[in-house]
Amino acid sequence: MQENQIVFKNVSFRYQEDQPWVLKNVSFSIQSDEWVAILGHNGSGKSTIAKLMNGLLFPDQGEIFVHGIEVTPETIWDVRAKVGMVFQNPDNQFVGTTVRDDVAFGLENRGVDRLVMIKRIKESLEAVSMEDYLLHEPHRLSGGQKQRVAIAGVLAIQPDLIILDEATAMLDPRGRKEIISTVNNLRVETRVNLVTITHDLNEIVDADRVIVMNEGEVWIETSPRELFAKETELRTIGLDVPFVAKVTNRLKDTVEFSEQPLRQKELIDTLWTFHSQT
Amino acid sequence: MDISFTDVSHIYQQNSPFEYHALKDLSFSIPSGKFVAIVGHTGSGKSTLIQHLNGLLRPTKGTIEIGDYRLIAGEKPKEIKGLRKKVGVVFQYPEHQLFEETIAKDIAFGPKNFGATDEEIAERIPEVMRAVNLSETLLERSPFDLSGGQMRRVAIAGVLAMNPEVLVLDEPTAGLDPKGQQEIMDMFYQLHHDKGLTTILVTHSMEDALKYAEHVIILEGGRKHLEGDVGEVFTQKQTLKEVQLDVPEVIQFLMDLDERMGIRIPYEKQTIDVLSNQIKQHLKARR
Repeated sequence: MQENQIVFKNVSFRYQEDQPWVLKNVSFSIQSDEWVAILGHNGSGKSTIAKLMNGLLFPDQGEIFVHGIEVTPETIWDVRAKVGMVFQNPDNQFVGTTVRDDVAFGLENRGVDRLVMIKRIKESLEAVSMEDYLLHEPHRLSGGQKQRVAIAGVLAIQPDLIILDEATAMLDPRGRKEIISTVNNLRVETRVNLVTITHDLNEIVDADRVIVMNEGEVWIETSPRELFAKETELRTIGLDVPFVAKVTNRLKDTVEFSEQPLRQKELIDTLWTFHSQT
Repeated sequence: MDISFTDVSHIYQQNSPFEYHALKDLSFSIPSGKFVAIVGHTGSGKSTLIQHLNGLLRPTKGTIEIGDYRLIAGEKPKEIKGLRKKVGVVFQYPEHQLFEETIAKDIAFGPKNFGATDEEIAERIPEVMRAVNLSETLLERSPFDLSGGQMRRVAIAGVLAMNPEVLVLDEPTAGLDPKGQQEIMDMFYQLHHDKGLTTILVTHSMEDALKYAEHVIILEGGRKHLEGDVGEVFTQKQTLKEVQLDVPEVIQFLMDLDERMGIRIPYEKQTIDVLSNQIKQHLKARR
């Protein structure tokens, strides 16, 4: 059943009264079973949205609802039980001396029964393919592995929503791929909602929906396919489309595309069809 | 300045339980004036390598020559300060190293340490501010009032103010948005040509290496896996795959075009507009 997991209603926010608004009258909603990507250049307000979603910050104007609960200083513990976050820097989010202890941390805080805890640790590490690293020290893992353990730690508390706030920004290409494929698996295997925050359009290819932020306002809400066609407009707000979209957009006056390709294979398939028609 | 590494190894904490071989028998040479990319995964030895370029680390084995300077294993290097003046290193997240009250003072710190006079510094500051596209009106402001991208430019200006002949860039675009990334890389490319620098770019981005560099060195596990002209290296799909690197997107695309459709377009650093026109011509010719 589709229901609104997260609702932002006319939300405005600024860090201090004499400072400019970071978010201006932002409204959107995220349904269950959706992967939504929030895009924007540095300073567009995208990370502020993440912090508002789990009550690290509170709006100056407007309302935010997470699973029907309004986010206020009184409800943050109920909200945080539903929302898990993974941040940018893999080194800043570890507390345990082993991977197992680290994943256990959130469960211990919630007073989860030991047997349940063991089961959840196992399941969440399996979900991110890190089950072989139970007794490893987190700081000796690669960046991608660290972020996967961080995701497992969040999964273990069985949230309804996981927010990845530029979780791939400090990783190398191998680490990025690990995270993106992990995220894709989670979607299929668990029913958790995903919000990924990024400025890299290569990472949104598989998302259901995209919210693009600019100067604290929602610039557009659309699908990855439609967004890839808006190359010129995206460049004016400091973003850029992937290579496949660039080539496609330049071939449109010659080749007919039934839909905007997201991957190289789709583009080449279209070109092949085009040139085999005589 | 010409740079050469001959059989260079670096071992951290040698003869201890934590002994770690970060570089293993590494040999390569970079002629003066080249733009070279060093590509490899985390842990491949990239950072260890660049710390040798200005003598922050010394080889455990082998010899390094940078212009007239030599770093030889087991010998105390002479004139390390002279080397550091000639080799400017922009480390990762260089904005974390800003500390002065004003932008002008922060930029002046490096050259002052290397004995530049106040007059020389006063002359260089406007020049480097222009090079990094920052307005001189900012000079008396605190660097901490700036945006992340601007702070990074100030830190880079501080390195340029030492008038280096070799510029070493360690992941200079990390954390910037696409527009910021392109602006910074275009700026370095411009400086490289205008000042006749030898530029060494450490990057994860195969795309940036292909776009800006002439020569590329691929590291894996502290060893040189592959080296050559960018065009040659980046078409060796199998060899790159061995170290879990992908060929750049544009190269992969051109390979697939050839394989699936017999359309053969060589990669010559052409812009996407030119490339798209070439594809159109091929498509039209075939119909």
